[in-house]
Amino acid sequence: MLVSLKWLSQYVDIEGIAPTDLAEKITRAGIEVDAVIDRSQAIEKVVVGHVVSKEKHPEADKLNVCQVDVGEEELQQIVCGAPNVDEGQKVIVARPGARLPGGIKIKKAKLRGVESNGMICSLQELGVEGRLVPKAYADGIYVLPADSTPGEDALAILGLRDTVLELGLTPNRSDAMSMLGVAYEVAAILSQEVKLPQITYTVSADKAADVLKLRVEDTEANPLYAAKVVRNIKVAESPLWLQHYLMAAGVRPHNNVVDITNYVLMEYGQPLHAFDYDKLATGEIVTRPAKEGETITTLDDQERTLAPHHLVITNGEVAEAVAGVMGGAKSEVSDATTTVVIESAYFNPASVRRTSKEIGLRSDSSARFEKGVDPNRVLPAAERAAQLLAELAGGEVLTGTVLVDELDKTPAQVVVSPDFINTHLGMKIPLEDMLDILNRLKFDVEAANGLLIVDAPTRRGDIKIPEDIVEEVARLYGYDEIPTTLPASDVVGGLTPYQAKRRVVRNVMEGAGLFQAVTYSLTSAENAQKYALKAEETTKLLMPMSEERSTLRQSLIPHLVEAASYNVARSNDSVALYEIGSVFLGQTAEGLPFEEEHVAIVLTGKWTDNAWQGEKKPVDFFVAKGIVKALFAKLGLTERVSYAKTTMDGLHPGRTAHVLLDGEVVGVIAQLHPTEQKQADLKETYVAELNLLAILAAQTEELVYTAVPRFPAVARDIALELDRTVPAGEIVAIIKGAGTKLLKDIKVFDVYEGEKMAPGKKSVAFSLTYFDAERTLTDEEVVAAHNKVLKALAEAGAEVR
Amino acid sequence: MEQQLKQLEQEALAKLEAASTLKELNDVRVAYLGKKGPITDLLKGMGKLSAEERPKMGALVNTVRENLTEVLATKTTALEEAAIEEQLAKESIDVTLPGARVAIGNRHPLTRVIEEIEDLFVSMGYEIAEGPEVEKDYYNFEALNLPKGHPARDMQDSFYISEEILLRTHTSPVQARTMEQKKGEPIRIICPGKVFRRDTDDATHSHQFMQIEGLVIGEGISMSDLKGTLDALAKKMFGAEREIRLRPSFFPFTEPSVEVDVSCHKCGGAGCNVCKQTGWIEILGAGMVHPNVLEMAGYDSKKLSGFAFGIGAERIAMLKYGVDDIRHFYTNDVRFLSQFHRSEG
Repeated sequence: MLVSLKWLSQYVDIEGIAPTDLAEKITRAGIEVDAVIDRSQAIEKVVVGHVVSKEKHPEADKLNVCQVDVGEEELQQIVCGAPNVDEGQKVIVARPGARLPGGIKIKKAKLRGVESNGMICSLQELGVEGRLVPKAYADGIYVLPADSTPGEDALAILGLRDTVLELGLTPNRSDAMSMLGVAYEVAAILSQEVKLPQITYTVSADKAADVLKLRVEDTEANPLYAAKVVRNIKVAESPLWLQHYLMAAGVRPHNNVVDITNYVLMEYGQPLHAFDYDKLATGEIVTRPAKEGETITTLDDQERTLAPHHLVITNGEVAEAVAGVMGGAKSEVSDATTTVVIESAYFNPASVRRTSKEIGLRSDSSARFEKGVDPNRVLPAAERAAQLLAELAGGEVLTGTVLVDELDKTPAQVVVSPDFINTHLGMKIPLEDMLDILNRLKFDVEAANGLLIVDAPTRRGDIKIPEDIVEEVARLYGYDEIPTTLPASDVVGGLTPYQAKRRVVRNVMEGAGLFQAVTYSLTSAENAQKYALKAEETTKLLMPMSEERSTLRQSLIPHLVEAASYNVARSNDSVALYEIGSVFLGQTAEGLPFEEEHVAIVLTGKWTDNAWQGEKKPVDFFVAKGIVKALFAKLGLTERVSYAKTTMDGLHPGRTAHVLLDGEVVGVIAQLHPTEQKQADLKETYVAELNLLAILAAQTEELVYTAVPRFPAVARDIALELDRTVPAGEIVAIIKGAGTKLLKDIKVFDVYEGEKMAPGKKSVAFSLTYFDAERTLTDEEVVAAHNKVLKALAEAGAEVR
Repeated sequence: MEQQLKQLEQEALAKLEAASTLKELNDVRVAYLGKKGPITDLLKGMGKLSAEERPKMGALVNTVRENLTEVLATKTTALEEAAIEEQLAKESIDVTLPGARVAIGNRHPLTRVIEEIEDLFVSMGYEIAEGPEVEKDYYNFEALNLPKGHPARDMQDSFYISEEILLRTHTSPVQARTMEQKKGEPIRIICPGKVFRRDTDDATHSHQFMQIEGLVIGEGISMSDLKGTLDALAKKMFGAEREIRLRPSFFPFTEPSVEVDVSCHKCGGAGCNVCKQTGWIEILGAGMVHPNVLEMAGYDSKKLSGFAFGIGAERIAMLKYGVDDIRHFYTNDVRFLSQFHRSEG
């Protein structure tokens, strides 16, 4: 909402208050002033000029040389290129030294050899938005009224010596979508009175009801419809003051009839529509639901197709307007119009909202109707329009209003105790202060039996419950007055075990040198199931903004790979990232996708890089696996985790492992498939993804210390010759299963494949540690235990080298 | 014999003097003081001496031996020290060369902000509540006093999955779910999480962002409690000297509703480009829980009251760390991420 302070001052006394101070007061009281706009833009030296003569420029077809009276003794010669400049016009002249918006500085100059002492201006050149300039002057200079005096400040005549406040309105304050609404707010803030427009006009002896019939078919969608008939109108330009107010409010002037409806819309917040009575042709107005597929061409020359839940205004036969949204082109007021029907109505907010949304048309009217206009301003607004048509367009207003009125206009009553207000605020505001505030707001308030009985005016449709009164009192009393306290507490806060363990996961990842990434949950349909541990039905947006963000992901890996790729493309060659986030799988009984929190990592480039020592190790599978192992160690799950070779689409078939917890697959560690690497412009890249929900849900035992061994351990090494394809993990399992309690640790310490081995064979060396917590082992005991291991290996066919 | 001894001593001393390695020293020791050495031989020959000469000679031999042993020890120490000096000189390094790389990863700045806020509220007795990112229209809107067709739904343009299901536009549905579960009991929670709005990604908009909302419901919870709580938050995040101010606003789920400004941490309130010369920066929205929201979740709004607030993690992180483009949080450039590892204060 754009509020011209000049216009506002018609209704409330704001004399002597600086615009910025007023803006601050309004903001602190609850309506945010987004901008304070000086319409003059500090322009000086722009005056009224009288074009005394006009001659063609000798050297240029499109230029004219004008002699202009600017209120000084000598005429000024000004070269002008506007097509509409003419002798006898009063025009806007920027004198040499004037600075115009956009950094234009006016100087004496020669144009194609002819001296020019200034510039004849268009409104745009004074900073008025092109869309607001009346069509007649849209492509040329602006012509001032004939009675303007040369030499006077043109900005004052144009109403540009004005400040506009731009209000950022929240949906509850639609009352401030009108000058009167803003006036009430400002009056309450400043403890002033509101001056309402005085409506008086003379009426014709003829009755409106004799020339116009009205029928409302659906009084739920249209509980109030009022029509005034005004005849003998002379359609013309509006007086300047009216045009200027409209432009200040962001509305383009058209002609006096349309301008008056827009003026009253802005003044009262009540949308009006003017029909050309003769074009209606039937002398009848019927409001009814549209027929299925019924079409209407609206004022913006668009054809709209309607449905039965859209309300239309008809002439009894065809649609003439979409109720509350926009009029139709057929009965539009034109220069030839002489008789108009002014519509002022109340349309059901939800109905207008739905219609406007469905036909994709928002207007100043629909914006107000859909939030609910003031039921008690519908009829005054019609009268105000009639008055202005009589005053400004020479109209003759027929007696009476053609009316269907079933609208409830009683104000909402709210009963609230001063105690409730103070308890809610944590304050002690005296009763008289509360009463003063409510009186300033022009709420009808009565204090009785320790209660405040408040009748909120209907213009404030947002006031319904006691808490609304709390807010009204608090905002005008001042939020700065509210003390600061903390809620009394007898509870202990904390993280759930899951949340605490999730922080452990972060610490492990970061301890390993990974940075936490955050990527988007939405991805493309193509990527949604890529690398998914379990691909299930995907969740798709109804109306995505782009294909790239259309579907919820089922794996974190694609976006992490993207992030790695983004970094490598910017010469960040070594990337180690992790992410914790949800994946979205199938559907639960609630109808929502099942959200499973995962952790994933991506590694590419070098893992250790101590360049000057010549130590550079690229990432590999076992770096990724080591990080996963560290995580399980921190979570106390090492013994319950195993790894099994597997294959998955998009991953290197020889370098992919499932991670199993208690035998269930909970994750994957792998190298990206070389094709995927190539597509992403990455070198060897390793990824892992774990189902965090499953892992963090695994219950672990209480931590109890085990005694530190006091007796020495004995180590024995074994090297085995194995087929290349035999996993070391299998051998470890055989050794573990050999049945000796003295064996406490098994480590792989060497793997060799090469010249010294037979083709298809490898050597794997294990170091076995034996000890007993209670005593020192004898040689015989160690030999016996080790022999059990050797026997088990022999039985399994593993050959000791 | 005495003559012989003196000569041997002179010889040995000369050789000790000449020895330049520990091995040469040892050779001298073995040659003169060893069991097969000439001095031992001399001692063996003492039997031939007279009873008067024998002790005299014995004392002389011992003196020579002690003297040689002492010189040997001194010389040995000197050579050992020299050897150590030499080794140390050889082992000397350039200590200004870089240390071996110990990996330092760190949390994402948004997580950093969220955990900081979580920790503050946990210390004030709050629990952390979480909920699904894909929500029912009911929990995201209707239970929060935003029935279908409500004009305020325009404030949050949403990604719908179906007519009844959408990506949550705030973490308030977690509040609605918690209230439903707690069945009228007091509540003190904060709800961090990802939220989604239909915005085109640019420097100041992101279709996905992080919110932290708070909810307290109890007997006699007032606006002054809200103000005190947010004051503590502002001081924790932006410094102990910060102040807050409340401005009236509108949210469908709170009444009264406020926007909260914090005094500018850059200029201290004097006015600068960060606060657009106002001295204040808007950081969050808050209010007293709307009675409709309480009643819908089965709370008696006559007996219990509450407050709620919602903070954008990106906004806090951008202000706190001076980040100028919200997209930095989602492109995961390691040159950006790696800046957030050190502790503050």
